Parts: sequence; C-alpha cells; structure tokens
Amino acid sequence: MADISIKGLKKTYPGSTELATNNVSLDVAEGEFMVLLGPSGCGKTTLLRMVAGLDFPDEGSISIGGRDVTYLPPQDRNLSMVFQSYAVFPHRKVRTNIGFGLVMKKVPRDELEKKVAWAADLLQLTPYLDRYPAQLSGGQRQRVAVARAIVMDADVLLMDEPLSNLDALLRLDFRAELKKIVQQLGSTTLYVTHDQVEAMSLSDRVAVMKKGQIAQLGHPITVYEEPADRFVGGFIGSPPMNFLEGRVTQQGALEVAGQSTEAPEFLARSAARSGGLPVMVGIRAENIYLEDRGTPGTLDATVEVVEPLGHATLLTMDLGGQTIKVQVASTVRVSSGEKVGLRFDQAAIRFFDTETQLGLTA
Amino acid sequence: MLLIAPSIVFMTLLFGWPMVSGILQAFGGPEGLTTANFTRMAQDPYFWSSVGNTLLLIVVMIPIQFVLALAMALLIRAKPRGSSVYFYIWAIPLAVSDLAAGLVWLTVFTDRGYLNSVLASVGLEPVSWLAYDNYASMFMAVLIAEVWRATSLVFVIVVAGLQSIPKDYEEAAGVFGAGFWDRLWHVTLPLLRPSLQTALILRTILAFQTFAVALALTGQNFPLVVGETYRWYTGLQDANVASALALVVMAVSMVTAVGYLKLLKDQSEAPR
Ligand SMILES: Nc1ncnc2c1ncn2[C@@H]1O[C@H](COP(=O)(O)OP(=O)(O)OP(=O)(O)O)[C@@H](O)[C@H]1O
Ligand SMILES: [Mg+2]
Repeated sequence: MADISIKGLKKTYPGSTELATNNVSLDVAEGEFMVLLGPSGCGKTTLLRMVAGLDFPDEGSISIGGRDVTYLPPQDRNLSMVFQSYAVFPHRKVRTNIGFGLVMKKVPRDELEKKVAWAADLLQLTPYLDRYPAQLSGGQRQRVAVARAIVMDADVLLMDEPLSNLDALLRLDFRAELKKIVQQLGSTTLYVTHDQVEAMSLSDRVAVMKKGQIAQLGHPITVYEEPADRFVGGFIGSPPMNFLEGRVTQQGALEVAGQSTEAPEFLARSAARSGGLPVMVGIRAENIYLEDRGTPGTLDATVEVVEPLGHATLLTMDLGGQTIKVQVASTVRVSSGEKVGLRFDQAAIRFFDTETQLGLTA
Repeated sequence: MLLIAPSIVFMTLLFGWPMVSGILQAFGGPEGLTTANFTRMAQDPYFWSSVGNTLLLIVVMIPIQFVLALAMALLIRAKPRGSSVYFYIWAIPLAVSDLAAGLVWLTVFTDRGYLNSVLASVGLEPVSWLAYDNYASMFMAVLIAEVWRATSLVFVIVVAGLQSIPKDYEEAAGVFGAGFWDRLWHVTLPLLRPSLQTALILRTILAFQTFAVALALTGQNFPLVVGETYRWYTGLQDANVASALALVVMAVSMVTAVGYLKLLKDQSEAPR
C-alpha cells in the first residue's frame, strides 16, 4: 500500500554544476526499513527531500503506493519526517510541537493527547512537555523532532540522521527503541545516517551512496561482507577493510608484499590467460589471525601500534611496506616491534580490480 | 559613570530640553501654568473632527497596509522570476516624501485630474472627488494615497523579518500536512511576530502624524490632528495650543506603543 518507487532521479541545485543525486533508482517495499548510508555531501538529504516533496527533481519520478507523487506538494503525500536540522517550531511548546501533525489531521482531542503522551514517554520527553524548544538541549530537541514524526502513523517515515545529536548511551537505547517502534507502526521507512553501525543494526536493506549515486544496495550483512567496490568496503566497518596491493601470477599464486600464497580458482584462471593480473586484496581486520613467525601459509609482518579497545585489541602492522589493521582478542598479548605471522581467512578475502575499483567475483 | 556622563548630558540636551520646553509651553499662559490651552484646543470645532478622521484613517488603513505588505513579502519569498526587481519597485515609495506623494495623487483626484479624464473618456460624468461635501471619496483619496505611500515601510520590515526565518519551519509544517493557510497561520505569522510588532508600532505612530498628504489633497476639508497642530502654529499663531496638541499626539502614540507591546507579548521566553 505504501511502497516507494524511485526511478532515475536527477537533481542539480540552482547555481551548482554538480549533480546532487545522479540517476538514483531505489525501490523500498511496504514496511521495509531502508537505510541510506554515505559520507557527508553524497546526496542523502537531497534524495529524502525529493521523496518528501520539498524539492523537485530535474528528471525521474517518485511514486508512493503506486501513485505518482513526483511533483505533489508535501502535505498531499501522507508522510512524516525528521529533519536533519530538527525544524522544531520555536514558538510552540514541546507538547504542541509533537501534536502539530495530528492537529493538522484534525485528530480528536483525547486521541491526540494520548498519542502525544505515548511519544513523549517513549522518547523520555515527559518532563519537558511544557517547555519551549529554546529551553531544551540539542539532543532533547532532536527527540522532539522524532516524537513529532512517530505520532503521525504515516505511510512513509523519513528520518534524516535522527540520532546524530545523542550521546553514545542514549543513541544505543534509542536505536533499539526506534527499531521496535517502526516495526509496530509498520511504516515504510527511509532512514539517513552516516553512522555505519546504525545502518547495520537498523536496516532491512542498506543503500550505500557515493557522490549522488547508489554504490551498493543490499542486506546489511551482504554489504559488509561483500562490498561491491573498494569505496563501500572502505566506508563500512570499523576499522574499514584493509586494502593491499597484490598480484596473481600466471602460475596461480597470489603475491602480496613480496610473499606468496595460493590464489582462488577464478583469479588464477584469468591470470593464466592474461599472463599475470594485478589485484587489490581486501580483508577485514577481524578476519586476520595472528600466528608465530614462519608458520606455513602465513605472511610475515611486524607490529607497529597496539590499541586495546576493551572488547578486542586493534593492531596496526607493517606488511612488507604496506599498513594493515588486525583485530585480535583482547586476551592476546603482543607488543610493538614484535615480528609475527598473519593468516588470512581465505573465505573472507575480497578482490578488487585495480583500475575500476570494482569487486571481482567468480 | 564619569565615562558616560558626556553622553548623558548630550542626550538630555538633545531630547530632554525640547520636550521639557514643549511641555512647559503646552501648559504655559500669560499668568503662569494653566490648562486653558487644552480647553481651547478641545473647544475648537475642527479638533474633534480631526480626531475622528485620524482614528478612522488608522483603523481602516493599517489592516489594509499589513495585508498588502504581507502578501507582497510572501510573493517575494516564493522567489518568482525577477523578485528582486519587485522588491525595489515596491520599496520606492519609501523615498517619496509625504507632501510629494500628496501632490502626485492630487494630479489623479483633482477635478481635472487623471481619474476624471479617464471617466470622461468612457463617457461618464466627472466627480469632485476632493470636494468638502463628498466625504467618502475624500477619505478614499487620502486612504489610497497613504496606502500607496506608506505600505512600503511595513513591506520592508516584513521582508527583513521573513528573511530571518529559516525555510525549514514552513517545510516541516508542510510535511506534517499543513496547507498554505495553515502554514501562514500556525508557523509564519507567529515567527514573524517581532517584525510585525515593530512595523505595527512604527506604522501606527507615523499614522498619527499623517497630515501632509491630506493637506495636499484636501486642504482644510479633511482635518487630521497633526494638521491641526500645524494650523494652530502657523495659521492661528498660537504656539501654546499647538504644543498642547503635539503633547496629546505624543501621549496617544506612547500609550499605543505600550499597548501593542503588552498585547502582542511573546509568551515563549526565547522566541528563536
Ligand atoms: N540548497 C542547496 N543549494 C546548493 N547545493 C546544495 C544545496 N543543498 C545541498 N547542496 C549540495 O548537494 C550535495 C548533496 O547534499 P546533501 O545535503 O544531500 O548531502 P548529505 O548526504 O545529506 O550530507 P550530510 O551527511 O552532510 O547531511 C552537496 O554537495 C551539497 O553541497
Ligand atoms: Mg544531510
């Protein structure tokens, strides 16, 4: 009933030559939680504003629930939104801010009060209901913006970094809370964030954006484990994926940092045809294991920096002149300068084309 | 204290002295202080009609000016093609003095003015718009001239006020289902309150002082309070009664300003 279908959206802001969104197509199923993830300035807000009807695209179309809404004004789209800037009305108390949309919808008074109380309770705003926004902290104001959006029961819920201004603890709390609420409401949700943990934990699917385009669209685990290109691998994950320059020889060996291991079948075959193939090897820090120097099947490396994180220890290592991050259990005792061997989890290695930066698959 | 002393002295001399001398003059007479000037003022046949005219003009003119100014400012905010040109065109009357404006409109409304030429060209009888016995049309003429001349002040203030309101609020209201009028009523106007308040106070006080336009258009036929001050001072050569009148205008202006401030008091402690 309220799936979103976005087709070939192009938008250039007046006075700018760059495309803020470049041919974005995206289908969000009814009730799906879709996260738009990407670095600052990649066009997430722009895309959301076009779905909301606050900006109109130069090209392309948007339909909600099968109805073409591309050029419809926002009030005719039955959606609600959390603005990146909050846009909490400064002249209204928290209570009437949260209830604004319901008043516009002419919801009966007692139902309105019940809903406002419910949302305020959920977002821990009850003590502040009779304050003006100027008397709130930034995080509280942001929660008012979220409360105002969730009371609407709209078909489509648009959220632009709704948790960005909360402290780490509160953010963790509200992340789970939000997931629960949205599931209850059943709204089709487009959620913008540049926090990849948030994206992973909340989404049914993630659309990773880069320079106005969708670089990869998929289930969060797929995007994490099988990034479509080097950008996605480098953007998602903390620490980001390691990238090492390597080469598959004609004989089918993978050479990294002057050392050699076995290359996967499909690469060996194409390397045999082309007489050697330069590749970019991608591996996540948690898929590398520490072994004694000289163990067969390991690469020689030297520990440079040891960073205990509590739940794990992050090591920065030198691998034949290239830097690599390795995550090991916090019980592992190593010190900088130590010479060790590294074993890569073969199943977790990803390969990327050195020219196009795109992932190479069988 | 010592540092600001010179400026206090200066301010006292600049503002205080004329005011004190004005007040003294208003209560002054041949034998010391008296309220005779006020009695004379109130007994003058023109006084009450000038008060009535002034109030009528204010009550009718100010709402018209605010609606017009707001509509023009909102049009500009919608940024149609050439909106900056509109802005300058609409702001031009700011630079026209009231007497000049009165004379401009006199060419329109006078017996052989543009309006009557137009009427004649379509075969209608000319009308004596500014004649003494034609109160309604006289009032309309003064009203139109004043609206033309002084709406731009409100307009400029409202445009400035609108520019300081981020678009987000209206956008948010739209997303939450508010149409144009709801957005205007629930979001734009409340956020514009400080500007509207300033404009209202300024405009009302200035409206009390309207007179050159009416003088140019109607001479003595449409008396206004400040026009009476002028008449007492220059025509009747009685500075004391003129001062009394001026004092009344000042008192009424101050009361109005305070009244507006109280009436439109912002309930939210920090409006932005
Ligand atoms: N009103 C505007 N006028 C001109 N250019 C704009 C405007 N708004 C955004 N842009 C440009 O469009 C591009 C995309 O901006 P957008 O706000 O969509 O980024 P974003 O992905 O939301 O970033 P962030 O995470 O920082 O919020 C940016 O390069 C930005 O400079
Ligand atoms: Mg943004």
